[in-house]
Amino acid sequence: MTALLTLNDVTKRFGGLQAVGHMTFSLNKGEILGLIGPNGAGKTTIFNLINGFYPPTGGSILFKERRIDGLKPHTVCHLGLARTFQVVKPLARLSVLDNVMVSAFSRTNRRDEAEKTALEATAFTEMDAWRDVKAGSLPLGMRKRLEMARALATKPEVLLLDENFAGLNPTEVESTIEIVKKIHASGVTILIIEHIMRVIMSISHRIICINYGEKIAEGTPREVAENQQVIDAYLGVA
Amino acid sequence: MSRKSLIALLPIAAVPLIPLLTQSPYLLHMFILSLMWIVLGQSWNLLGGYTGQISYGHAAFFGVGAYTTGIMVKSGLSASTAWWGLLLGGLVAALVAGVIGWICFRLRGSYFSLSVLALSEVLRIVAVNWNRLTNGAEGILLIPAFNTKTYYYYIAFGLAAVNFGVIRWVMHTKPGYYFLAIREDQDCAESLGIDTTRFKLLSLLLSAFFTGAAGAFYMNYMGFIDPGIVFSLPDISIMVILVTMLGGAATKWGPAVGAVIFILVSEIFRVWVGSGHLLFFGVLIVAIIIYFPSGIVGALMDRRARRRRLSAVPAA
Repeated sequence: MTALLTLNDVTKRFGGLQAVGHMTFSLNKGEILGLIGPNGAGKTTIFNLINGFYPPTGGSILFKERRIDGLKPHTVCHLGLARTFQVVKPLARLSVLDNVMVSAFSRTNRRDEAEKTALEATAFTEMDAWRDVKAGSLPLGMRKRLEMARALATKPEVLLLDENFAGLNPTEVESTIEIVKKIHASGVTILIIEHIMRVIMSISHRIICINYGEKIAEGTPREVAENQQVIDAYLGVA
Repeated sequence: MSRKSLIALLPIAAVPLIPLLTQSPYLLHMFILSLMWIVLGQSWNLLGGYTGQISYGHAAFFGVGAYTTGIMVKSGLSASTAWWGLLLGGLVAALVAGVIGWICFRLRGSYFSLSVLALSEVLRIVAVNWNRLTNGAEGILLIPAFNTKTYYYYIAFGLAAVNFGVIRWVMHTKPGYYFLAIREDQDCAESLGIDTTRFKLLSLLLSAFFTGAAGAFYMNYMGFIDPGIVFSLPDISIMVILVTMLGGAATKWGPAVGAVIFILVSEIFRVWVGSGHLLFFGVLIVAIIIYFPSGIVGALMDRRARRRRLSAVPAA
């Protein structure tokens, strides 16, 4: 197993508040790694550190054996690391297809190639019927899916999924699970943040649980689910 | 192309023929000013409408373009700058824009808007006081190179057409998509691989280039500039925003529609009420903002889109 993405002792402080502390883990090529933890545990902050929105206060982040901490998000994206946003960010006044074309342009300068990639990505995420709709008027389920289509169109090696299941109805959850599995089967390594346990337990190969910005457990879904510290973090200590 | 859009294009096809139809200096003057304002509106629209970077100081680029050609002629470096002066004026304006953009576009929010406003005011004060270079508040007076307005008409038409064509082309390619993405959400744009600083700068350079070229045209056509005219905050910087908003920001034809209406309204009311014409234009703007917040062309497009949307949304 080769580590595609590695966090080494990564710390992020906002003033006196430590959002992430001494975080160390690796994402291996070809796996789906789940990141769980209570609200405010620092999961999205970890994504923002990897993606380049924040520089870490300490530690280093390696992607394909190259340091990426301190790089700008657009550079990280070009290296092959894409993300979705928990709070969806559709380019509201652009159509779904144009949204995806914007991200497809990260790999080409040609309009026809970008359009081809965008058509593939919307088909892959089963959004064909919505292509011409303005992103701002999409229902939430489709906005979440647009996040995935856009991330895919940048042709990433690693995909960071930030709560793409939150707020979906049961049918949408099922179809999104299928899409994530399809993305994984196409050779993309996935790091996923998710609150819906049924989802994270069924698709992750490994899970890391964090609380107050620190790692409290790591292992297979079953190991993590039975870990006393994890249970305490979620339910409180009796 | 549908028959309807062909009919809509007919009046535009007639624009180059206007000097053949009328030789009236007054009418030609109106058309020339309209064309110049179309260039200003379209250029501001590229940066403000499409890229979402609001400039409160486009007079800076207009004035720099005008003064560049004015100084070239006055200092005896060139006898006439009616043609290539537009290019030079545009380039110098883009250079100034490059400096301010390079500094400000690392930041988001209103830093750029306010910096460029300050820049235009600073340049105006410099132009008033740097007597040896700019002839100060007295301004620069040139003898126009051509003595009929027809030449200027075609120069202005050429500039507006090139400006329109370049913007259409840019908006159809990668940078255009990136401009829109930056306007909609900069965080999202960054994470989709867009170097936002670089593309905001590119939009500004194009916008400033054409604004500077329009300034250079103004110098050559009017034959007289002073700092109060070309670096004017109300008459250039603010007016170009109003013209664009009136017609419709971020629309293809909005700036042109806005420019023509602006010149028309200004002239009608100038005849009636003298310098009170700006008051009427102001009232018109207020009415447009209340009843058609996305401008005249924007409102028409919204109406069409609403009709189409009824059939566009698929069953979930």
